[in-house]
Amino acid sequence: MHIEIDEIAKTFGTTAALHPVSLSLPSGALVALLGPSGSGKTTLLRILGGLEFPTSGRVLFDGQDATGLSVQERRAGFVFQSYALFRHMTVFDNIAYGLNARPRASRPNKVEVARRVTRLLDLIQLPDIGARYPSQLSGGQRQRVALARALAIEPRMLLLDEPFGALDAKVRKELRQGLRDIHDETGLTTVFVTHDQDEAMELADLVVVMSGSQSGGRIEQIGKPQDIRSKPASAFVREFIAA
Amino acid sequence: MSDIAQVRFRSATEETPLARRALIAVAVLGLGILVAAPLIVVFAEALAQGWAAAVASLGNRDALSAIRLTLTIAGISVPLTAGFGIAAAWFITKFDFRGKAFLITLIDLPFSVSPVVAGLCIVLMFGTNSLVGGWLVASGYPIVFALPGIVLATMFVTFPFVARELIPVMIEQGRAEEEAALTLGASGWRVFWTVTLPNIRWALLYGVLLCNARAMGEFGAVAVVSGKIRGQTATMPITIEMFYNEYLSVAAFSLAAVLTLLALVTLLLKTALEIRHADQLAALHP
Repeated sequence: MHIEIDEIAKTFGTTAALHPVSLSLPSGALVALLGPSGSGKTTLLRILGGLEFPTSGRVLFDGQDATGLSVQERRAGFVFQSYALFRHMTVFDNIAYGLNARPRASRPNKVEVARRVTRLLDLIQLPDIGARYPSQLSGGQRQRVALARALAIEPRMLLLDEPFGALDAKVRKELRQGLRDIHDETGLTTVFVTHDQDEAMELADLVVVMSGSQSGGRIEQIGKPQDIRSKPASAFVREFIAA
Repeated sequence: MSDIAQVRFRSATEETPLARRALIAVAVLGLGILVAAPLIVVFAEALAQGWAAAVASLGNRDALSAIRLTLTIAGISVPLTAGFGIAAAWFITKFDFRGKAFLITLIDLPFSVSPVVAGLCIVLMFGTNSLVGGWLVASGYPIVFALPGIVLATMFVTFPFVARELIPVMIEQGRAEEEAALTLGASGWRVFWTVTLPNIRWALLYGVLLCNARAMGEFGAVAVVSGKIRGQTATMPITIEMFYNEYLSVAAFSLAAVLTLLALVTLLLKTALEIRHADQLAALHP
């Protein structure tokens, strides 16, 4: 799905989180929102997912105005920073949650739910953990379960907030490839937030570099990783990617 | 291995054996004098003239009416307070708004206001001399010196218990799981039943148990609003006091023993539930 962000701005009370930003994300792209904390990258992601609403501006999905769509209507697969798995449910029930939450008419039956959950567990290469609770999983396993849960609703896009933030370096490397593979297999437009420029450069097709200021976060540069490396658009970008 | 173990190093948080014994002694002595001894005395006094006398005294019309009334009041006020408590905790922890600190203070108010004052407030609000109270009495629905007044007084006194248990738990858990459920397409109502409520159920249970114990035991506020009408508005604590003042010590202590047993039953229930769901409790705290 093609995502168009048109002059989106956001203020929380008196603090500006996002200066008006515009951005066009081609269908099927793997996009990194890269920036230091306070650059508004998570706010932008939450606006895409319908968890926050912009103070002004529009969001367009495939050319249709989606600004007023509720979080449920967005059908965005969202992976939270600390994964936000339902701690009182097994992995199976976590992944099945979105399917069981559908209105009765479009809700798959039990056999179909089980089939889909099994397929997703295979996709994240953890076929045997359905009966476990989130507290019994490692950090890397939790991240993959969160990904499977987000994919279960057959989302129109995939949004990930610091998906590798809570993991150690080795697992981080493995899961980067895992996310790339899942992205390539599903073909979903995928946006992830990160403050790690290596991660953004290595994984993304398109990198959006953001910076923070008193008047809110703004976009410094949009481009392919190699273009950002070779032709940084501003002193901020040059310094940030060199760090 | 054993050589190393014999070297007498203490970890930073460990006390000397003497200090440990002294602390244990203080705790046991305190618990014994303040909690265990009075409990034993209550049961001993109740059974001072034998089982038959104790049971017979409970068969008294006033005693039976008091037990029935207290159970009715707890049955009405506890679910209502739990409902209000959940709503208040949800509102305070899941939304940002002006005056939040004020609302939290307001919820705590019953802890700092004397129950007698709370009872007086209800009498002033709903008594025959007030506008609302006069009209209600004229319409045949008196609040004061009747069941509704006792329920109101009980709810006022017990209001903070559930909300106070829930607020810290809900703050600690944050909003992420609820947000995740919303992105998965669940409605707000569904999120509440499938995510919020299961996550707070233990805190809710503790809150309800505390609330129930206080609802059955409340004296001050109820004494003011009930009018202490024997056989009609006298709850168990009030009836106990009446019996005691009339030198009916077996009856007073028997009824006190029943009230104590009701509290012990709730404690046992809590413990049984904890043992049965130990694995789930562990899963909630990774």
